[in-house]
Amino acid sequence: MANPIEQFNVYPLIEINLGGVDASFTNASALMVLTIASVSLFLTLGMRGRALVPGRWQSMAELSYEFIAGLLRDNVGSEGRRYFPFVFTLFMFILFANMLGLLPYSFTITSHIIVTMVLAMVVFIGVTAVGIIRHGFKFFSFFVPSGVPMAVMPLMIPIEIISYLSRPVSLSVRLFANMTAGHIMMKVFAGFVIPLGIFGGWAPLGVDVLLVGFEFLVAFLQAYVFTVLTCLYLNDAIHLH
Amino acid sequence: MRSLIFAVSVSVVGLGIAAPAQAAASGGGGLPQLDISTYSSQVIWLVITFIALYVMMNWVALPRIGEVLEERQNRIDDNLTKAEDLKTQAEAASNAYDASLAKARGQAFDAIREVKDKASAEANERQTQLTKRLSASIKDAEAGIATAKAEALSSIKEVAVDVARSAISKLTGEDANEASVSKAVSSALKDRA
Repeated sequence: MANPIEQFNVYPLIEINLGGVDASFTNASALMVLTIASVSLFLTLGMRGRALVPGRWQSMAELSYEFIAGLLRDNVGSEGRRYFPFVFTLFMFILFANMLGLLPYSFTITSHIIVTMVLAMVVFIGVTAVGIIRHGFKFFSFFVPSGVPMAVMPLMIPIEIISYLSRPVSLSVRLFANMTAGHIMMKVFAGFVIPLGIFGGWAPLGVDVLLVGFEFLVAFLQAYVFTVLTCLYLNDAIHLH
Repeated sequence: MRSLIFAVSVSVVGLGIAAPAQAAASGGGGLPQLDISTYSSQVIWLVITFIALYVMMNWVALPRIGEVLEERQNRIDDNLTKAEDLKTQAEAASNAYDASLAKARGQAFDAIREVKDKASAEANERQTQLTKRLSASIKDAEAGIATAKAEALSSIKEVAVDVARSAISKLTGEDANEASVSKAVSSALKDRA
């Protein structure tokens, strides 16, 4: 049986070294490039016709646009319009990375904590910057919960700050853990297909097929959750409670 | 020959054992995700690709989709206004049609009433004229009848006197006095009449 964590190995395809820093083009890099190429092709080829009455691909491209636009409108409001390109890029990047990771022999870039951590930190720092630029010093009133007696303030404020600082951790770990656990599970069950198939017939294969379907759901859901949370954080930064 | 096959099979088996061992060694035993040596290249390529995608989305893909959606919305709004206009026009035309229909109907009624009135007036006129003429001729006829009757009555008296005188002369053999016979006939006629 193949090692179920082998699929997460990163190995260089082209060795690149920038002043002592390893910048090799790895299998992960290849999947990142494939991800952005797929998103770009999906949207540009889909919209190539610019048809008034959209075809199948154009419908899907428009659907993704309107899905994220609606998400941003519902969770942030009209002020969120400015951040639409970023949120859209984030969603499409994670969605396509998750989906492409489900192809056999490919690699799931979002199953690496460093990748999800960078994405989460970009969101965290960006959202905090938006809050400070919009509200200046008043932004820090976000950590002072309203309607709480002064006596418990020394307790509440650190809790609020810790919960705020833990946002990027929960955001990145959620995506990383979901993708990693799902792929390990698929691999382990795939390993059972032959050894247990002797006793269980097609059942182990059936379970793996169900798991693959379930992983497609998770791939979409995690991209969605990441995006929704980004929207909610953005909403907090713009409206402060 | 046999030794060659053996050598090949041994080397194949050897490769089969060596490959997973090598992979396990490169994984460092733990999760590859925790291998810090891969972080720099992952972060660098993530930043490059994400920025590239952002640029692509922000300046190419999204404006294009937005344009198409906006164009479609404009087209729909435009068509709705057009439809609204046409509807108003159709309603106006329908109202005008109804109005002209009502007008024409009124005119027709008027014309019919006029003709009817004229016809009935004419009929009345004729009726009265006819009545007048008929009553005139009835009067004439009645007058004629009265004269004829009077004539007949007077001639009846003469005839009666003659018949009475001749009857008297035949019965009595005497000539009856004409005056007395005439008187008797007159009284008899008066009684009959």
